[in-house]
Amino acid sequence: MTTDLATPDPAAATRAAAPPLAEPSGWHEIRLTVDGASVTAQVESRLLLSDFLRDRLGLTGTHVGCEHGVCGACTVLLDGEPARSCLTLAVQCEGAELRTVEGLAPGDAPLTPVQRAFHECHGMQCGFCTPGFVMTATALTEQPQRPDAADVADALSGHLCRCTGYRNIRRAVCQALDERFAGGPAGRGE
Amino acid sequence: MKPTPFDYSAPGSVGEVLALLADEEREAKVLAGGQSLIPMLSMRLARPGLLVDITRVPGLDRLYTDVSGALHIGAAVRQSRAADDPVVREGWPLLAAAIRRIGHPQIRHRGTVCGSLAHHDPAAELPTAALALDARFVIAGPGGTRTVGAADFFVATFQTAVAPDELLTEVVLPPRARDGWAFEELARRHGDFATVGVAVTLRRAPDRRTVGAARAVFCGAGPVPVRLPAVEEALTGTDAGTAALDAAASAALAGLAPADDVHATAAYRREAAAHLLVRACTLAWERCS
Repeated sequence: MTTDLATPDPAAATRAAAPPLAEPSGWHEIRLTVDGASVTAQVESRLLLSDFLRDRLGLTGTHVGCEHGVCGACTVLLDGEPARSCLTLAVQCEGAELRTVEGLAPGDAPLTPVQRAFHECHGMQCGFCTPGFVMTATALTEQPQRPDAADVADALSGHLCRCTGYRNIRRAVCQALDERFAGGPAGRGE
Repeated sequence: MKPTPFDYSAPGSVGEVLALLADEEREAKVLAGGQSLIPMLSMRLARPGLLVDITRVPGLDRLYTDVSGALHIGAAVRQSRAADDPVVREGWPLLAAAIRRIGHPQIRHRGTVCGSLAHHDPAAELPTAALALDARFVIAGPGGTRTVGAADFFVATFQTAVAPDELLTEVVLPPRARDGWAFEELARRHGDFATVGVAVTLRRAPDRRTVGAARAVFCGAGPVPVRLPAVEEALTGTDAGTAALDAAASAALAGLAPADDVHATAAYRREAAAHLLVRACTLAWERCS
């Protein structure tokens, strides 16, 4: 008896083409858009979106802190809304549009108003949590109407900065909102 | 830590979901928003063999009111969408308020209403709101579809009437009532699960001056949302004044038997619950139209 090598197990072929990660389990091909670029990848079912971005795409601007949804450092924009990439599986993102901190001002492009405001107001201390804050703030500036002070506080409460108070961070967000909604109905939001 | 290996499927119909859940070879779990499940996977508190992603099933993302005026929230409807919906905010403000107490926008954008209900953390806001609002739960299973009332839906911590081979397809809230309402909670930080909390609805009697009907449901006070008839009786027929609120608070102190945990003793929880109840009743009475 000889093994029929001409008809290999198609699942095994898929696994072989995939990066050698951990134990075998379900592999899936996903297609999504990341920072404007189309991406097609083979991913293991259990691969977290945060690890997919960092380890597979090399987008290490998305930081990983607590890995259970508390700290907010891994926040990215998923179909336009801030979401925890550590609480999302890469395989769930089939067809999704993702934006990471790398996509805000790629290459030599000028900083976005949010990034500039964080820089000018020194809205950071060590900077580890900053990418998450910047992504949430970016989403706030993209809303059709200016978020009020309570909305800003609610959004920032989804991020933990362990270095300092939130004073400069809030100031940066308000500066970016002022710039975006110049002459808008709401006040400074502070 | 990272999740243990599992397979993943995103079927296109409720029938396919049920077929996958019926797999007896491996434990299958329903994945909607994943905001509770994925941390459990990462900490390896759950080790399912298969995740069934229901968010691609057409129809489960429906949020609508039917001809009777009841609100239907499909299994894939995300919390932010429900809380921001003008119809929900106008007709079921207690639900919108309860959702706004869940985590942060970053969590609510992904988490689903039905996912939180089916997960049933007894400190969570939505199960308590669902009991206060008399929700009905539509559950699809191998034998067809059945409907369960809120009083029978929550069984124990992390346990509901949904069997492992069944799917909660939607939650239905009765037509909007013009009840006054309030959702008050004590949490260690904004966005945390409640140490203890209460949902109150009050309805004016035809004379407009007294309470015709009351409902009070507590979270963080037991393994399921706790409804206290004694509190409701203490309020009904009164003018919701100081004496009535004192009686309601006493009834809450006597009726609640919460557990001690690292965050609060049972005595502290009871005391806090009584205070929250008074505040919630005051607000709800002011909101009675």
